[in-house]
Amino acid sequence: MLSVEGLHTFYGPIEALRGVDLSVASGEIVTLIGANGAGKSTLLMTICGTPRAARGRISFEGNDISQLPTYQIIRRGIAQSPEGRRIFPRMTVMENLQMGAVTADEDHFDEDLERILSIFPILGERRDQRGGTLSGGEQQMLAIGRALMSRPRLLLLDEPSLGLAPLYVKQIFDVIREINERDGMTILLVEQNAYHALRLAHRGYVMANGKIVLVGTGSELLANEEVQNAYLEGGH
Amino acid sequence: MAAPSGVDFGRILREAVLAAAVAAILGLPLLGLRLVSGTKGLQVDQRWDWLVIGVLAVFFGRMALAFLRGAKPAFAKAGEGAGVVGQFVRQQQRPLGVAALGFALILPFMPFSDRYVVDVTTLVLIYVMLGWGLNIVVGLAGLLDLGYVAFYAVGAYSFALLGTTFDWSFWVCLPIAGLCAAMFGVLLGYPVLRLRGDYLAIVTLGFGEIIRLVLTNWVEFSGGPNGIPGIPRPEFFGLEFSRNPESGQSFHEFFGLSFSGDHRIIFLYFIILALALITNLFVLRIRRLPVGRAWEALREDEIACRSLGINPVNTKLSAFALGAMFGGFAGSFFATRSGFISPESFTFIESAIILSIVVLGGMGSQIGVVLAAIAIIVVPEVLREFSEFRMLAFGGAMVLIMVWRPRGLLAHRVPTIRLGAKGGDP
Repeated sequence: MLSVEGLHTFYGPIEALRGVDLSVASGEIVTLIGANGAGKSTLLMTICGTPRAARGRISFEGNDISQLPTYQIIRRGIAQSPEGRRIFPRMTVMENLQMGAVTADEDHFDEDLERILSIFPILGERRDQRGGTLSGGEQQMLAIGRALMSRPRLLLLDEPSLGLAPLYVKQIFDVIREINERDGMTILLVEQNAYHALRLAHRGYVMANGKIVLVGTGSELLANEEVQNAYLEGGH
Repeated sequence: MAAPSGVDFGRILREAVLAAAVAAILGLPLLGLRLVSGTKGLQVDQRWDWLVIGVLAVFFGRMALAFLRGAKPAFAKAGEGAGVVGQFVRQQQRPLGVAALGFALILPFMPFSDRYVVDVTTLVLIYVMLGWGLNIVVGLAGLLDLGYVAFYAVGAYSFALLGTTFDWSFWVCLPIAGLCAAMFGVLLGYPVLRLRGDYLAIVTLGFGEIIRLVLTNWVEFSGGPNGIPGIPRPEFFGLEFSRNPESGQSFHEFFGLSFSGDHRIIFLYFIILALALITNLFVLRIRRLPVGRAWEALREDEIACRSLGINPVNTKLSAFALGAMFGGFAGSFFATRSGFISPESFTFIESAIILSIVVLGGMGSQIGVVLAAIAIIVVPEVLREFSEFRMLAFGGAMVLIMVWRPRGLLAHRVPTIRLGAKGGDP
């Protein structure tokens, strides 16, 4: 569904991605783990068109999207829950969800809304509350819910567990599994929380210094000694 | 150190001395010295007594303010008072709006309404309309525009030039003027799309000045500093408002009234009332449409908007264009009302006034704009008798508002309800 070949991205003179190859098949959960600054978020953002890829090819459902502006990439069926959640703080939960649906067909709105409120019942209780007044975990749910409102075929999640209480982390990961299993949603997940992410994912990539250094299924990587030493040390 | 009452005398004294020192430095040239034309040309007159009075006033004033703040009750209560009024207005927005509209409709026929009252109200309505127009750009889309007067000028000159050159009527020119202004909005919007905040403000400020300077210096086109006289007046379905119409019938003949200059004044009043209402309804409605919500979302977080598939270029341009269009409408009304325009009417101070109306009213608040426009236009009118101190009082009022209501008189965003969704209208 998504394939990335030989991708290079620069921030000014700094080469953040140095030839990344990655693929995500339809119906898969693929996770991308690695240390801070390895280039995980950059990879997600490059897939979405900001920053633009300097070299390499990004294709989504067979079409090259590496030269499209961000909003057109999104309109092709990719949704992103960006790092840091980036919900609209002064708008209500409901309005945030409506913003997620701007690219979607109006006719699906009620149906999609109902589905998302059944996945995240708390959002229904908070529908008229301002986004900025939600707790971190609720904001993360809102960010994911908002991304799902556009009926994407590929969902990019950037560190959904960042800064959340353990209870929320578990809940978020449960939801990710649920939407994958029930709706067949294809998901590319960037995580620091390697243990949870690898247990959840069908396949995983390990990134370091702008390159992919390891590839394997979730359980292979969990069992891998290097991964254990570098990312799973000290428990989870 | 702190006294039992919680008032820190040492700190208050220090603050008061500091304020007095600043006042002394500023007051030395402003109050202490004065140029007078004497027998030997200009001479410097010294007024040390004024300076002393000024410095003492600042010293004790600062102390009084600090005491009030330290002890809070009176000062905070006054602030709360403003807050309560704001809350009341918020809760009763619809009935208040209807009441205000009703009052506006009968105002010209009230016994106390003379020509002056109607004139001032017309002026207020022009600014209300400009405020609502600018609110699209600043309040909703969050793009700080310091050159809004440029669109007002474009609208005014479009109508003035079309009206005097081709003898087209106001009603024909009004939409054209709006379109012209919207075009200039896009023209300005396009190159500044990447800019935000302060940088955007500087460029828009420059744009406003460019328009004014072009109008001043391109004499063959715009008449330069002499302006354009003899701009056609609006007609009431082809009926002129003059004693002896050049062609056809005039308004008073048709309705069998005796001629009165007030007819036109009142007619103009209703035109601007209608234009302002159209602006208001338009903004109220568009806020609930996807594009209106996209403006607000863009103000909150541009990156998030992009990742949701919103095209920021089109969204911003539409805000600029629509805001400019209403500025253009207001501009052509201004031209037809005064019958004469010159670049002097479109200086930066106009932009500043319109922007302060939007900011004082509370960004994005429609009724707030009305209240702020009344405050900013009517208060200086009322204080005309104290002409010398008018700006002082005006400045003081602004400071008080900013102390009590730092986010504007009605700083509260009303959530939008999606159009077509089930459930009531707010």
